[in-house]
Amino acid sequence: VSTTLDHLYRDLIVDHSKRPRNFRRLGGRATLAEEYNPLCGDTVTVYVELADGVLREVTFQGVGCAVATASASLMTEAVQGRSSTLVDELCDSFHALVTGGVEPAAIEALGELAVFAGVRAFPSRARCALLPWRALRAALRRSD
Amino acid sequence: LTIEGRRTDFPILKQTVHAKPLVYLDNAATSQKPQAVIDAMARFYTEECANIHRGVHALSERATQAYDAARVTVQRFVNAREPGEIVFVRGTTEAINLVAHSFARARLQPDDEIIVSAMEHHANIVPWQLVCQERAAVLRVVPITDDGELVMKKYERLLGARTRLVAITHVSNALGTVNPVRQLVAMAHAHNVPVLVDGAQATPHLRVDVQALDCDFYAFSGHKVYGPTGIGVLYGKAALLDAMPPYQSGGNMIRSVTFERTTFNDIPERFEAGTPHIAGAIGLAVALDYVDTIGLDAIAAYEQELLAYATHTLAALPRVRLIGTARQKVGILSFVVDGMHPHDVATVLDREGIAVRAGHHCAQPLMHRLGLQATTRASLAFYNTRDEIDALAAGIARAREMLA
Repeated sequence: VSTTLDHLYRDLIVDHSKRPRNFRRLGGRATLAEEYNPLCGDTVTVYVELADGVLREVTFQGVGCAVATASASLMTEAVQGRSSTLVDELCDSFHALVTGGVEPAAIEALGELAVFAGVRAFPSRARCALLPWRALRAALRRSD
Repeated sequence: LTIEGRRTDFPILKQTVHAKPLVYLDNAATSQKPQAVIDAMARFYTEECANIHRGVHALSERATQAYDAARVTVQRFVNAREPGEIVFVRGTTEAINLVAHSFARARLQPDDEIIVSAMEHHANIVPWQLVCQERAAVLRVVPITDDGELVMKKYERLLGARTRLVAITHVSNALGTVNPVRQLVAMAHAHNVPVLVDGAQATPHLRVDVQALDCDFYAFSGHKVYGPTGIGVLYGKAALLDAMPPYQSGGNMIRSVTFERTTFNDIPERFEAGTPHIAGAIGLAVALDYVDTIGLDAIAAYEQELLAYATHTLAALPRVRLIGTARQKVGILSFVVDGMHPHDVATVLDREGIAVRAGHHCAQPLMHRLGLQATTRASLAFYNTRDEIDALAAGIARAREMLA
């Protein structure tokens, strides 16, 4: 068994890819943004309901690989109820995590998202993990 | 030497990847190079590197001779009438762009039509789309069946008085379908419509005879037929090439230049502006000679047997569905695994040392037609073996147990 492969497809990631949380549309005052990975055709739409600078509700739709789907699912859980300033920092930390720019100590702030550290060994898959985060950023910019 | 013994001609295949023997099944993206090609290119740079044409010194004469000889090798390989019908380009994409720019653009009037098929690579869609937009012309599409074959009746109906060109692939890069090119050309010619054939996926697997096919243009890439990257070929009938304006301009493609006026060189030099990829042309010629030594009939026979084995093996795997089941195919196996994304399948296979491709294969309209976003694709060459197909099957099973 290849350790690095097990590090990529951790149980938490496989679980979220098969049973994605917050996988639905948001209507009402929510803003949305769609991101597209031209390499594989994966598309993700992230819905954000922002009130008083806080992300009240975050959901997503779209199909993707296990890495992108789990990333979207865990992202929606991680950012719910947080301030947009904090989420902005989280976006940076997550980017650094999957592209290899963060030391283990800094990973603690990421909580469960740290499970994506395994993506580092798969540079071609970092783009998959980042897809929903790019959509979240775009949705937040529109909410401003 | 048996065809099985030829595997050792490819030094790259001896390595391990992620501590597993490399199983290279991404040949439709690029094929590996035999030692003879690698040596020929090294020899050019080691012993005879010089620019071609107009040089009076010994090295330049040798380089010019080698470059001209490479053109003759290509001419023979596709059975063109004369070397002037062989234009060296960077690859299939540039060849198609050349024809779109220098041939189609001038002929297109508003509401004229260019016909492509639903199984084209983006390289045989987008250049036509752009030139159609520019001239207010219309791109028409021959539909395909669920098995991945052209619907010939629809093709027949699309051909008409407004058709200016048919641009169609010989072999589908995503499905492996071999199209009936001779018939497609005959039908187009009955309406006086010229035909460009995208031969990128055909030349490594099938004997191509441009005179027998009677196509007007035939484009292919060197790197898919065991040659170097950065070199490709546009075959065009001399009468058509002769009447076409240059594609790019610069050195070598001109006869005389004043600031008032430039007269252009004859074919094929008119279409080869600037210093060409001399080493690439030489490497390509050696690759084509190498293929000829084994023989495309022997290659095709071996690959068909391996394709049958691979089709049988993959079809027997639970939850695996083969995409592209045309009656005439080359060794390209696109497939999807229920509940698993192709990228995840490819990542697991990679860690088993197996190189495949996952994605839309630069054929998004085809993927839409099939109701898919992507597939995993294993593409075969004559150096692949049954053991490697077994490794692929085991890798897919491993991916399933990990993710499904």
